[in-house]
Amino acid sequence: MMDKISTEKSVFAFFKLLTWGVVSVVAVLLLFIFSKGLPVLTLDFLTSPPENGMLGGGISIAILGTLMVMGLTIVFAIPLGIGSAIFLAEYTDKVDPRIIRMVRLAINNLAGVPSIVYGLLGLGLFVLFLNLRFSVLSASLTLSFLTLPVIIAASEESLRNVPGAYREASLALGATRWETVRNVVLPSALPGIMTACILGLSRASGETAPLLMTGAAYYLPRFSGNIFRQFMALSTHIFFMSTQSPNPDITRPIQYGTIVVLLIIVLTMNMTAILVRSYYRRKHR
Amino acid sequence: MRVTRKDERPIEGALFFSAILAIIILGLIFIFLLREAIPTFYEVPISEFLLGREWFPSSFKDPRFGALPLIAGSFLVVATSVVIAVPIGLVCAIYIAEIADHRLKEVLKPAIEILAGIPSVVYGFIALVLLSEVIQNILHTTYRLNALNGALILSLMILPTIISITEDAINAVPRDYKHASLALGATRWETLRKVTLPAARSGVTVGVMLGMGRAVGETMAVLMATGNSPVVTLSLLRSVETMTAVVAIEMGEVVFGSLHYHALFAIGLLLFVITFTINLVVDFAIHRQGRMR
Repeated sequence: MMDKISTEKSVFAFFKLLTWGVVSVVAVLLLFIFSKGLPVLTLDFLTSPPENGMLGGGISIAILGTLMVMGLTIVFAIPLGIGSAIFLAEYTDKVDPRIIRMVRLAINNLAGVPSIVYGLLGLGLFVLFLNLRFSVLSASLTLSFLTLPVIIAASEESLRNVPGAYREASLALGATRWETVRNVVLPSALPGIMTACILGLSRASGETAPLLMTGAAYYLPRFSGNIFRQFMALSTHIFFMSTQSPNPDITRPIQYGTIVVLLIIVLTMNMTAILVRSYYRRKHR
Repeated sequence: MRVTRKDERPIEGALFFSAILAIIILGLIFIFLLREAIPTFYEVPISEFLLGREWFPSSFKDPRFGALPLIAGSFLVVATSVVIAVPIGLVCAIYIAEIADHRLKEVLKPAIEILAGIPSVVYGFIALVLLSEVIQNILHTTYRLNALNGALILSLMILPTIISITEDAINAVPRDYKHASLALGATRWETLRKVTLPAARSGVTVGVMLGMGRAVGETMAVLMATGNSPVVTLSLLRSVETMTAVVAIEMGEVVFGSLHYHALFAIGLLLFVITFTINLVVDFAIHRQGRMR
């Protein structure tokens, strides 16, 4: 009997060690990157364009490019994602259950499609077939496809968590179905839906491969602000500077600086989403 | 008196459209991949494409489009990463679900989610600049960028998927099972090994499959880590090129409409078929699990 308990103790101790080992590897990596990148982040670095044939200067154009692509992705992905989630949570009785089954299968499948394949679709469909060229628009449309499964799945879950009694009360007062959804269900599911959108966007803002194929440029002298033009993005800038720069060692500080800016954007979004979610989960209990 | 109501059919129509958009997008992916991939096979027979050992797409005199080195490269890197990540992921999931106390859980679960949120290009940079250096210092490899480097970074990337899905599966095992086992005098470890884990088996399988799907499709990290030489090898210390990497690298330099362009789409199609199959198996497993409960 003693023997069993001591086996258990050593097994559990090993499990604990391994888990904390993984956590500390990640923590050390992040700390290292931040320690290299934070000192680079001066106001000048954030607000000036690349200089000296990409060997110096800042990343303003990449920051603006990423923000612009994200902004346009929001415009496409959020209404469609929430619309789809509303249909799947509230209106499934309107159509054949087999269609709903197919839609769900498609969403699950889309979530597992590699981002490079979305890139190929973006290149084939938007850049070439619809002739939108290499542009902010092509990239945003591609990214909105890529984020849809994330937004739909999480939004639908939060719509389903709205108690049925809310709907019944609203319908009993004479509200129509859409009025009920708009005035009762959506407001109470809003925190969950926001979380879903933030998570989707956070995934999109770090994407690299689809941007390479739909319009990210190695270098642009200035920010065009035109959705039909090419753009520079933070994620692709990291890739270009570390693999295709004429001198990757000289530009190492720029690479660390860009990574830290991208990480700050992505991790802030993720942490906001996690906090919003855990706050409302606690409130619901 | 009849109350007149606004017709809600247009709104319902719009919602229905956004719902079936998922099917449309999936269809578009399939159609465009096929449309652009098929011309490859007018000039390169499918057997040569799948089994050819030489990938020299831009050779002026004699271009070769054998995808075997890329398939083998993907296989080597993915299989190794799964072998590394699955045991570690299982252990972490068990620790978080069954051993760690409540407060630690509240720290570990968000930490895992944050790990999942780090963009792949950042992992790629870590592999390119930091991990490759460590590996070279320890193993004195000929190739600074190699399959092992890719597999290690990939295993770190798929850990969150494996951990969070496995943990959910363990949490979903009915408490009665555990209590019955503990009441019979089994230790926690015995209960875990003989009751909880077997009951969570199908959920664990789903986690592993989804992790594998993610690994197969991962592009930037692998591209920056493995050195990208299209050779058929089983050596982890050689430089290899994966299917995803070749598409990302070479699509930037092809002439649109050329054989090379179509061949890259053919590789994309192959990639899509592989991940699609994995997803279908996962879907099947989830539904079977749902029926069994």
